[in-house]
Amino acid sequence: MKLHAHSKSRPYAKFASTCFAVMCGFCTVLSVLVLLVVLWNIFSYGWSALSWNFVTSWPSRFPAKSGIWSALIGSLYLIGVTAVVSVPVGVGAAIYLEEYAPPSRWRTLVQVNIANLAGVPSIVYGILGLGLFVRMMHLNRSVIAGGLTLSLVVLPIIILSAQESLRAVPSTIRQASYALGATRWQTIWHQLLPVALPGILTGVILSLSRALGEAAPLVVVGAATFVAFTPENLMTDEFSALPIQIFNWTEQPQKDFHQLAAAGIIVLLVVLISMNALAIILRQRFGKKVKW
Amino acid sequence: MANNTLIADEVSFMSEAAPIPLRVTTPTVRQPAVARNVTELSERAKKVAAIDVDFFYGTHQALHGISLEVPENCVTALIGPSGCGKSTFLRCLNRMNDMIDETALKGQILLDGIDIYQRGTDVVELRKRVGMVFQKSNPFPKSIYENVAYGPRVAGIKKRAVLDEIVEKCLQQSALWDEVENRLDDSALQLSGGQQQRLCIARALATNPDVLLMDEPASALDPKSTAAIEDLIFELKSNYTIVIVTHNMQQAARVSDQTAFFYEGHLVEVGSTTDMFTNPGEKKTEDYITGRFG
Repeated sequence: MKLHAHSKSRPYAKFASTCFAVMCGFCTVLSVLVLLVVLWNIFSYGWSALSWNFVTSWPSRFPAKSGIWSALIGSLYLIGVTAVVSVPVGVGAAIYLEEYAPPSRWRTLVQVNIANLAGVPSIVYGILGLGLFVRMMHLNRSVIAGGLTLSLVVLPIIILSAQESLRAVPSTIRQASYALGATRWQTIWHQLLPVALPGILTGVILSLSRALGEAAPLVVVGAATFVAFTPENLMTDEFSALPIQIFNWTEQPQKDFHQLAAAGIIVLLVVLISMNALAIILRQRFGKKVKW
Repeated sequence: MANNTLIADEVSFMSEAAPIPLRVTTPTVRQPAVARNVTELSERAKKVAAIDVDFFYGTHQALHGISLEVPENCVTALIGPSGCGKSTFLRCLNRMNDMIDETALKGQILLDGIDIYQRGTDVVELRKRVGMVFQKSNPFPKSIYENVAYGPRVAGIKKRAVLDEIVEKCLQQSALWDEVENRLDDSALQLSGGQQQRLCIARALATNPDVLLMDEPASALDPKSTAAIEDLIFELKSNYTIVIVTHNMQQAARVSDQTAFFYEGHLVEVGSTTDMFTNPGEKKTEDYITGRFG
């Protein structure tokens, strides 16, 4: 009775609630729609150019013979190097900042800087990579130099997301572990990391996906657009990468190359989806250890 | 005196309602406070002794010159209104306050005569000897077995047979074994609130501590589970020295041998529970116990 009277006196509230729901729904539809249009565009354009032959061929001056093999392998190597470098360093830094570093001006300074670095345009890292890895460390235009540069790009994001997941672990778990006479290391290894792992993995996959799509820093570091071999020696051999190859094809005047670019984008998407699938599998496998 | 007897009767009534038949027959529960060996309190060995302890959160002083002795194999209850420092004092006893930034302690806390705040104290070793049960049950998101086995595991015990034995013993001590025997691999978070708290007690026992600190262990539980926990405290005190923080006067009267009354960071009065509840020395204690404030 009272409740009824209450809602009657505020007819506006219900209307506003409905409006808000509709608005949120509209935003969702809009973003999905944009994605669908882009996908439709790419697939309708590039589907005909896509074939097994395209995936396994070297690039060529002739669109019909041209393929993406060297770029695909280059990208996989790059992601491998980036993951091997940035994941341990990033997670380690996050653990230090969250669990070890005492609160101080120094920590605040580092924290603010990492947050800032996450917003720095990737081409700036490219210039840094060119100066530091290619010139100073004499790594040439190699996969290692490219991978290290991409590591710089994604490190801040990995650190921030890993910190966020560690912070989300209930402090009661920490207290319980310390109260049982566990050391810091034991608490981190046995309690915090298993609980934080899904969040950390999500951050890692998002940033590696970003690294896979980055073209600008690789252009600066000097990834080649025309490589008719796969890198044998990661330290010295030149390499290409998917976004570079795609970028190069879109620059060509012939329309056939544009189709190849679209087909290349499809290959890139497939690699991305496989990476995400791998992340889900890993998450479920490790997730079994934690029983919520 | 009559008051205390009445309270003891209440406990036994609740125990009979409890689902575990084993607990009903526990004779110790029925003993009124007078029948306990409270007279010996002063003669017992001092397990823990705080000497003139001041404690600071930043610039705020939370404890003022606390001196308190905890006799061995007794239950000491810390009572007082919220924010009076009793939980802070409890956490000083196993140095859990170290985890809070910008805290400082002055004075000494002796465990078996050795100052636990002196330089070079192994805090990890200390916490193995002084176990703790928290107000809100906080099992790890792991199996029931892994929860209890965690303490021994981090202490370096690896043999499965030894761990099995410890897990069974501790779960039996905390009166949980019969309920979880067949589902040790289930998540601990599937247990009810009362079961989770008993699991946390079992987990604390698994490191084989001398002292057990309990921070309002039954405050979030229903009367039945509370009775189960109180019965448990009764049984455990023959092997452990227990310090318990409680907001529940009747609980303090039921389970403890010694009671300490805290007020605004000061220790107002400490004495045997019977004396405190029948003949409090300070007006403030009497007012608090009888519910005039707090």
